Amino acid sequence: MKLNRQWTWFHRLGSPRWFYQKTQCWLPWLGAIAAILLVTGLVWGLAFAPPDARQGNSFRIIYLHVPASFLALAGYYLMAIAGAVGLIWRIKLSFMLMKSAATIGAALTFIALFTGAVWGKPTWGAYWVWDARITSMLILLFLYLGMLVLRHAFTNHESANKASAILGLVGTVNVPIIYKSVDWWQTLHQPATIKLTSAPSMHPDMFAPLLVMILGFYCFYALALILFTRAEILERERRASWVRELVAEKQGGL
Amino acid sequence: MHPIRRQRLQWVALIVVAASIAAALMAYMLGQNASYFYAPSQIVAGEAPIGVNIRAGGMVVEGSVDRSMDSLEVSFIVTDGLENLQVTYSGILPDLFAEGEAAIAAGKLDSKQILQATQVLAKHDENYMPPEVADTISEAYQRKQQHQPEPQEALQ
Repeated sequence: MKLNRQWTWFHRLGSPRWFYQKTQCWLPWLGAIAAILLVTGLVWGLAFAPPDARQGNSFRIIYLHVPASFLALAGYYLMAIAGAVGLIWRIKLSFMLMKSAATIGAALTFIALFTGAVWGKPTWGAYWVWDARITSMLILLFLYLGMLVLRHAFTNHESANKASAILGLVGTVNVPIIYKSVDWWQTLHQPATIKLTSAPSMHPDMFAPLLVMILGFYCFYALALILFTRAEILERERRASWVRELVAEKQGGL
Repeated sequence: MHPIRRQRLQWVALIVVAASIAAALMAYMLGQNASYFYAPSQIVAGEAPIGVNIRAGGMVVEGSVDRSMDSLEVSFIVTDGLENLQVTYSGILPDLFAEGEAAIAAGKLDSKQILQATQVLAKHDENYMPPEVADTISEAYQRKQQHQPEPQEALQ
């Protein structure tokens, strides 16, 4: 069967053992790049970028708020696609990636909401308002948390995987809503500063460190995803012979 | 692709499409009700209810902020470029509240279409710039204003 042979590479890609071994050598590189970008971006943004004409120094929280929000949204798609691939091809690794992405996504969404609240008090005069942007972002947090909690409602791994993958897919509709909420409805939250279609409405001296931070967050996200997934692999495959050998090796080395 | 997997793929697509349609219908139904505030022109057109808590937002008109000398009473006008709305408020305004900048006031409309606000929030726009750049822009704007007399003056 020619057709089947074409798909074998795809299944090999989905082997937890292959993933665990392959990613081993990526980790130090990814970690170094993420650390360099994040340190450069933070120091540049917090200490060297000029203050904003109206907000003064409080605008600097953008260097955490915007990258965290970006990755919270992009990570949701990654999680939903991993869930879909898992549902269609029944690939174990895919579900492990999905769960890891849910954990990281929940943390990033919380950071986005928290930094937004801290910034909102001095800028708007309120920590929290129920406008379309903030409310839809809170729904995103609940979707991420739901992904994690739903797993515990099932005793068997397979049903838990399927159920949370479906929840993840249903939740994808929220991502474009969050993104467009500031344009569709009148919100207290300002419209996007960085757009794909036009130049950012931000001075280049302030935008450059933001770009570095966004790149740094992408690398950090990749690193965190790989680390969480590796831990998940060891946990779920603990009865596999290669994991037992790995553990025996580590214990022997001690 | 294996027929079973193709079928599963169709299910996945169906879930996403069905959820999207449901969300689109909900967004359509909510319409402007999901907006955080009314624009002054909506209020003047009578879209906002009188005597219940609403929010109104717009740009604070230059020179319209009138502070009381012996209390925290303040009144100002917000505009969306089409209509104006008078707002009265008693309390401390947020630091970023300023003339020519956006603000959102929450409170009740009285019969004279004046918003009796209980809370005023400043709305920030999507522009970020260093103070020197902002000064240069406002200087250039003022210079332009001086060179171009008001249309009414030109007529006289």
